[in-house]
Order: sequence, then C-alpha cells, then structure tokens
Amino acid sequence: MREWQVNLALIAIMTGFVGYAVLADEPFLITLATRIVIFAIAAAGLNLALGYGGLVSFGHAAFFGLGGYACGILASHAQDYVPIFETPFLIKGTNQMLTIWPVAIGVSAIAALAIGALSLRTTGVYFIMITLAFAQMIFYFAISWPAYGGEDGLSIYVRNEFPGMDPFAPMGLFQVSTGVLMLVLLLVWRITNARLGLALRAARQNAQRVSAVGIRPFGVRLTVFTISAAITGWAGALFVELNKFVSPSMLSWEVSGEIMIIVILGGVGRLFGPLAGAMLFILLEHYLGGVFEFWKILLGLALLTVVLFARGGVIGLLVREPRNG
Amino acid sequence: MLDQSRGFGDQKAQMTTALVLEQLLNGVQFGVTLFLMAAGLTLVFGVMGLINLAHGSLYMIGAFACASVAALTGSFWLGLAASLAGAAAAGALIEMTVIRRLYARDHLDQVLATFALILILSEGTRWVFGSFPLFLDIPDLLSGTVTLPGGTPYSLYRLAIIGVGLAVAAGLFLLIARTRLGIRIRAGESDREMIAALGVDIDRLYTVVFALGAALAGLAGALVGALQSVEVGMGEPVLILAFVVIVIGGIGSIKGALIGSILVGVTDTMGRILLPEAFKLMLDPAAAIATGSAIASMLIYALMAFVLVIRPQGLFGGGH
Repeated sequence: MREWQVNLALIAIMTGFVGYAVLADEPFLITLATRIVIFAIAAAGLNLALGYGGLVSFGHAAFFGLGGYACGILASHAQDYVPIFETPFLIKGTNQMLTIWPVAIGVSAIAALAIGALSLRTTGVYFIMITLAFAQMIFYFAISWPAYGGEDGLSIYVRNEFPGMDPFAPMGLFQVSTGVLMLVLLLVWRITNARLGLALRAARQNAQRVSAVGIRPFGVRLTVFTISAAITGWAGALFVELNKFVSPSMLSWEVSGEIMIIVILGGVGRLFGPLAGAMLFILLEHYLGGVFEFWKILLGLALLTVVLFARGGVIGLLVREPRNG
Repeated sequence: MLDQSRGFGDQKAQMTTALVLEQLLNGVQFGVTLFLMAAGLTLVFGVMGLINLAHGSLYMIGAFACASVAALTGSFWLGLAASLAGAAAAGALIEMTVIRRLYARDHLDQVLATFALILILSEGTRWVFGSFPLFLDIPDLLSGTVTLPGGTPYSLYRLAIIGVGLAVAAGLFLLIARTRLGIRIRAGESDREMIAALGVDIDRLYTVVFALGAALAGLAGALVGALQSVEVGMGEPVLILAFVVIVIGGIGSIKGALIGSILVGVTDTMGRILLPEAFKLMLDPAAAIATGSAIASMLIYALMAFVLVIRPQGLFGGGH
C-alpha cells in the first residue's frame, strides 16, 4: 500500500468507530476516541523531535503535564473566583479554552527552551537520560508543591468553554480535539517540508555536514524541540479537559514511555504514525485491560516484538515506500 | 537568666551538629546504594554500549528474592545470597534472550526494548507476588545502634550498608585493575573486534558483565528492602537517580559513578534537611517548609544541570 492510502484508511477507521458510537448511543466510546486523538496529538509532538530530528526525548511527560497544569490551574482559579496574582498586576483564571491553550503552549515551550538549551549540549544516551531526569525534576516539584493539590492533584468541576462547543456532551470535546489534531498534523507536515525540517533531517543524518554548509544544528534542534514540546503541552491541556483532573501522574516517566511507545508502534517519522500508534495503544489498553489484569505483560511482549522484528511500526509494516527522510 | 539562655543555645547547637552528622551518614548510605545501581549501569554502557532501563527491575528482583527467601527460611543472610543469585540469574537470562540482540542497535531501540522488559518484569512480579508490599526485617546481628560522636544513636544496619558499598567499590576497582576478567572488560571497552579476534569469547564476556551488574543491582535492592517496603515499581525511581549519577560522573567511569553517587546522595539528603531550615530565616514556617522541600526535591537535578554546563561529558567521562 502507499502511505496516503494507509492514512486514509486510518481516518476511515476512526470515523467509522465514532459513527458507530453515535448510532449505538455509546458515549463512552466517544470518550475513548477522544483519548486516542489527544494521545495522537501528544505523540505527533514527540514524533517531530524523535522521528524527524532523531532527538530521543524521554521526558515529554514534562510538557504534557505542564500543559495540563496550566489548564487545571487557570480553570480552578476561574471556578473559585480567586485571582492567581493580585500584585504587581491582576491575573485572573479563565475558563475559555482559547485563552488557556496559548498559556499551556507557552508554558511548555518556555520549559522546553530551558531544558533543550541544557540537554541539547549533549547527544545520544546522555540526551535520553537528561531529558528523563529533567522530567523527574518537574514531577517531584509537582508532588512536593502543596498549593495545587500536591500529590493528590487538582480537580476542575466543569469543562471549559470553546465557542460553539457543548461542554456537557462528549462529542463536543471530540470535535475540538480532532480539529486540533488536524491543525497539528498540518503544522508538522509543513515544518518537515520547510527549510527547517530539511535542515533538521539533514542534521540527524550528518550534523557535521550541516555545520559545514553554515547551519548550526543546535539552533535547528532547539527550535524543533521547543515546537515539539509545545504541541505535547497542548495535548496535555486537552487531556485535562477530558478528565477534568490533573495530577503529578501526568508528569511521570511512564507517561513519557507511553508517548514514545505510541510513536514507535505507529511508525517513527511518519506523519500519521502517532494516530496509528494511539489507536493501537489505547484500544489494546482498553480491550486487553478488560480481559487480562496483567495486560501490560502482553503490551511489553508486543513492544519487544515490534522493536526486535518489525521495525517501522504499523505504518512501516503496511507501507512499502521508505519513510520520507 | 543570661547563662540559662546561653546554655540552651549550646545544647541546640550540639543537637544540630548531631543531626547534621546523622543526616550526612544517611546521605552517604543513600549514595552508596545508588553506587551499587550506577556501577552496573555504567559498566554495561561502557563495555557493551547499551542503555538498560530494566536495571531497576533487577533491583526489584533482588529485593523480592531476598524478602521471599528470608520469609521462607527466616534468615536474612540466605535472603541476601538469594538476591545476588536471583538477580544475576535473571540478568544472565535476559541478556541471552533479549539484550544480546540490542548491542548493534541504536539507543532508541535499546530504550524501547528495555522499557518493554520493565513492563514484563514489573507486571510479572505483580502477578506472582500481588500488589501488596512485602516487608523485610533487619537481621538481628545488625539491628542495634551505635553511638555517634555527640551522643546520638545511629542505626548499625545503615553503617553496614555504607561498609558493604565501599567494600564493593574497592572490590570492583581491584577486579577491573588487577584480574584477567578486568583486563578483558577494559579491552572490550576500547576495541571489541580486536579482543574477539584475539580469541576471547565475547558473548560470554558480555553475559558475565551483565550478570555482574545485575547482581550488584539485586544486592542494592535487598539492602534497601530492609529499610523500605519491597514493592513493584521500587526500582524505577532509583534507576532514574542512578542515571543522574552517571551523567554527573561520566558514562563508563566506575570512579565517576562512585563520586557521583556520594555527591547525589549527600546533596539530596542534606538539601531536604537544610533548605526548609534556611527558608525559615526568610519566610513563615509553613511556607518555608513547602518552598524548601519543593526546591530540595529539585536540587540534584540542578546539580546535574550545573555539571553539564561546565563539563558536558560528566566529571570523569571519556569520549563516548
């Protein structure tokens, strides 16, 4: 099959799944589909850094969680009518997604700029460990900082508002998240085909040659790492909308691992890989978790098989053409 | 009145010194257990070029082996032997079945495959032992306390852990510097094709090194198991700290792992005690404890960032 055919098939399967949920009146399946879409966004962010840039970040949960906390904190202040700051100037909470998103994206991007500036000084296995360590740092900070629930997390009671969205129907958030996913995939596609993306892929293949033609790989990588984190942070804000709850567990290293698994299962460096991976992962989690309490053993075996024998994930398995770059 | 208040102040100063000494020892003890983990990780990375996330699972296996054998036989010492044997056997087994296929792969594949091993080993342990933690008692021989200079009692068991850790460190240095196995390990670090060409069975060497690292992780798990509860998921936080240690010390360097672990152990423990106290000078007590402990939990990562800025390859890192 060609890659675009697989991508179309993935969209068709998702549409069919949600269509069935609407016809059979199963709102829970719509929530499940929303979960898939949100994890696909988070993984699309990581895929940009990991798949196209070869930057194996094991700390993307940090940005997922920071986006989530940005959403949770703003919304909880709005619901309690307590301003976040009064001095030196007044900052109030908000329950408008269109205000929350730029904050979530901005916070994740700033954190990524700082973490990336330090971590990208190193490469290879150091980079993996350092991104993991910085994510742990934020995780432990969230646990020990009591203001926003500490270890217990923070609940928001009403879903935030988006113009024209019904905050009480699961379908509303699904549509909003799907819109975000399409925007993000468009952005990733544009970036990978723009000069930035070409420089990024070239830097993955041979950083010295890229330097020799006058492009600093560090700057390219830092830009992409920041964009990648911002996308994952956006997904984090949506994930909190879905659960109406944020806790340090969103920042834990297992979440970094899960986002990475989704990218790998779907197919590294493929535009629709994150969606394929998220569909596979969330549906496996839901249906295997229902029949076998220790389903993670099976997940582990599946992952091991993919890594050892079926490199390229779902899309790599179905598509003959090599990945772009 | 004046004398009384001064007397009280002296007593308080003495108390504080004793507390600081006690916490310093706790920090060294924590550092030494981190070293047992970090030594295996750094050895495996140095010789085989492999990043092993499942090292934390070997720590857990050691703790579970020790706790269950100790519960069965009533002897902590048999449990300790079981932890070494169990972790080494588990290490050799996963090396021969999975890890061996990963040496030629890139780090991403290694991370994923060993992450998959964590899922399998953690859930497998939960399947066998259940979700409830096991408890492991400190052996009678070491259950007492010793009196520190300054008069405070200190746990003999923790001192014993420090002793074991330092002995293992000395043993590792001797092993690597003086024995035939050590020569092969060092040769394997510099040129694996060459030592294979010289007739060393490289597969067996790798299995032995991996099992050695696993045994050290298992030992660490068993030793810590008597201080905390033995439960699924106990290995990963320690694994991540061991990563911080070897990033600070330099990947592949045993000396770096030793110095890095003591540094991390002491910084973490002292930070948790001293920072809240330091903030009490500026803020009210509740806010000081909250701010101090929040910042203390981030201290070792700040230390890591600082080391990275001045030396991106770690304190004793080579050219990996």
